[in-house]
Amino acid sequence: MNDILLDIKGLKIQGWSDEKWHPIIKGVDLTLRRGQVMGLIGESGAGKSTLGLAAMGFTQPGCQITDGSIVFDGVDLAKLSDAEKRKYWGNRMTYVAQSAAASFNPAHRLIDQTVASTVRFGISSEAEAKADARTLYGALNLPHADTIGDRYPHQVSGGQLQRVMTAMAMSPRPDLIIFDEPTTALDVTTQVEVLRAMRKIVEEFNTAAIYITHDLAVVAQMADVIKVLRYGQEVEEADTRTMLAAPKEDYTKSLWSVRALQKEERPKQDNILSVKNVSASYGKVPVLHNVSIDVPRGSTVSVVGESGSGKSTVARVITGLLPQRDGVVEYQGMSLPAKLNDRNKDQKKRIQMIYQMADTAMNPRQTVREIIGRPLEFYLGLTGRAKEERVRELLSMIELDDRFIDRLPSELSGGQKQRICIARALAAEPELIICDEVTSALDQIVQEGILKLLMRLQTELNLSYLFITHDISTVRAISDHVVVMQLGRVVEQGTKDAVFQPPHDPYTDLLLSSVPEMDPDWLTNLKLPELT
Amino acid sequence: MTQTPQNYSAANEKTAFVSERSRWDRVKLTLGKSPWTARFGMIVILFYVILGLFAPWIAPYGEAEVFAVPFAPWDATHVFGTDQIGRDILSRLIYGARNTVGIALATTLLSFIIGGGLGLVAAINRSYLDQLLSRGVDVLMAIPSLIFALVLLSIFGSSAINLIIIIAVLDATRVFRLTRSVAVNVVVMEYVEAARLRGEGLGWVMRREILPNIMPPLVAEFGLRFCFVFLTIAALSFLGVGIQPPTADWGSMVRENASLIQFAQYDIKAGLTPLLPASAIALLTVAVNFVVDWFLHHTSGIKDTPK
Repeated sequence: MNDILLDIKGLKIQGWSDEKWHPIIKGVDLTLRRGQVMGLIGESGAGKSTLGLAAMGFTQPGCQITDGSIVFDGVDLAKLSDAEKRKYWGNRMTYVAQSAAASFNPAHRLIDQTVASTVRFGISSEAEAKADARTLYGALNLPHADTIGDRYPHQVSGGQLQRVMTAMAMSPRPDLIIFDEPTTALDVTTQVEVLRAMRKIVEEFNTAAIYITHDLAVVAQMADVIKVLRYGQEVEEADTRTMLAAPKEDYTKSLWSVRALQKEERPKQDNILSVKNVSASYGKVPVLHNVSIDVPRGSTVSVVGESGSGKSTVARVITGLLPQRDGVVEYQGMSLPAKLNDRNKDQKKRIQMIYQMADTAMNPRQTVREIIGRPLEFYLGLTGRAKEERVRELLSMIELDDRFIDRLPSELSGGQKQRICIARALAAEPELIICDEVTSALDQIVQEGILKLLMRLQTELNLSYLFITHDISTVRAISDHVVVMQLGRVVEQGTKDAVFQPPHDPYTDLLLSSVPEMDPDWLTNLKLPELT
Repeated sequence: MTQTPQNYSAANEKTAFVSERSRWDRVKLTLGKSPWTARFGMIVILFYVILGLFAPWIAPYGEAEVFAVPFAPWDATHVFGTDQIGRDILSRLIYGARNTVGIALATTLLSFIIGGGLGLVAAINRSYLDQLLSRGVDVLMAIPSLIFALVLLSIFGSSAINLIIIIAVLDATRVFRLTRSVAVNVVVMEYVEAARLRGEGLGWVMRREILPNIMPPLVAEFGLRFCFVFLTIAALSFLGVGIQPPTADWGSMVRENASLIQFAQYDIKAGLTPLLPASAIALLTVAVNFVVDWFLHHTSGIKDTPK
């Protein structure tokens, strides 16, 4: 019996952009056996999503397959017409997208969407398919498995939606499922549950799967074999245990280097910022309850928590975008006016902010010169040559050179964009920089570069950082102090060692133990603490 | 393939498939790919602009120069004949380009300054001011604009200035709505927040942060709005409250010569005379729409992959 389900040979795909065809996949082979789970990892632009979709014979608009074969169960999908391929899609092969929220039709009930393709292909009757869907919901640990399908997409949480989507992919009992970064948008605690549910169901029905992600620790829990991609080519492929224990290529080793980043203790200095008993609300909805945080000069204070914990709201209160209802924000012992408009230029200059999405944090119509030059002109009154020279100086501080000065944000890579945002913050010569999830949208290697840069700048300029993040490994790497937040309250805070050493607050414990580790048995052995 | 973190350099990070081009190169590239409809439209618009700018030199006779024979037939001296009081039709057509198009352009510009400015303010402010402006605009829009313009023009008198102001204000309501709706999507961007955190004033945020990012829909709307304003002015002139004689204007030319159509059975050329200014209006409207369509398609980001 032939147990090879999918056999891709010498696949080449190119994409149309900027008036030229660019190679995206440059000759990749991939073999997947029945019931096998393959992890595809690589940084953005490596072509992993394109390859994942190509495994279904699908290419995105603006892309085309130029060479190679995609043999699925004996049929070369690359040679079939769209109409013929459609007989496979949603039937024998299904797809789980990264953003479940954007992939569901908001106007239909979940269960109708779950069984749509199963019923259309006549695999089972509607009643049977729905009964089966409810069983699947149960198997995926969804609450109220019998009735949750009657809800609409907006009535369930992101993690639940992602599991419903997995149920949808499972409903026709496909031979192959493509998971395209299904947990990237989820909180760590939710991610664990989704991963567990996905693995269980893939094992139970012996379905082959391709799992696309840039997180090696996540893929370690899911995959039997791992294939590393870079620039549209294969770097290496090995079974998961071998890959984790002894990666051959330097590139693969560098993928988890952030986790090895370390920070040395810095001598304690006076508090530059003190948030004292602050409460805040959006309209009538309270978001912060009696929050107190101290930021010592020259140190990094990390604020961690899941989405909705109020960590970004703290930043909005400190910057004055959301005036607090109660409490004070003190800057070097002086109380800051609550409203942004009541603060003077100097107070605004000293606290700068760096955002999560560098794409939206920079005006797409301004060049690097304008972006960095504006705060120089605005705060320091620099013009002409002096301004130009300072822009160049700042560029070299962030390890970029003069070539970038006339570029638009769209002509920069993700890491370069974030560096320009750092330079814009530095241009104001601030004392405190609020970093709101600055690395979470970046690949591992780029993340490491940015974190190293921030640490070097801290030593050189004696900067203080308030680092907002949900990524525990980043917190471990860079912080001096850690503040754990949940539902608008500070649950635990102290020096990094104090917070990370047991005993923990139960919530900190849950947060810490939910971070996937580079150990294929981690998920199997994991016992999550019960939250009361 | 053997790049290690040791020789990692931020400057060498791979950027997206975008090569650096100067703005001029981009313009050339875009024009080179434009469809024939857009090119036709651009040529027609250019032709009108030249006619308007150089009317006194191009036109054979003066704008209000009266000749002895009214309703003269088409011949060598008067290429398209003369009108009801003996003015040269061709000359008036050429001067009409200047008057009708010029006034329409001024009106559209003014309506964009009013509507666009207030729309931006409303989008940034989002408080009682936004409510006040938006509801005020709703009220204005509830009244049929042609009737309203007729009423206002008969109250204030139909001078060119009044014409421009009244139509501009009535049209600014539409511009306000569009500007506000596209600007609210930009206002929530983090770069606008960053500019506010920096302490930038309203003027800077409007002009430097928001305006450049909402330009494509506004430019497209400008083209369409121009057509509507142009047609409104022509319609008002046809009704007799628009541009006043002796100023040459296509709308009133249609009205003044409309009676000639009944002579078409005797002289086909005489019948065509009132259709000349009408087709001048139609041609410009079509040309502008061609260009706007192409511009919208171009900025919508739909990829034209070669097959």
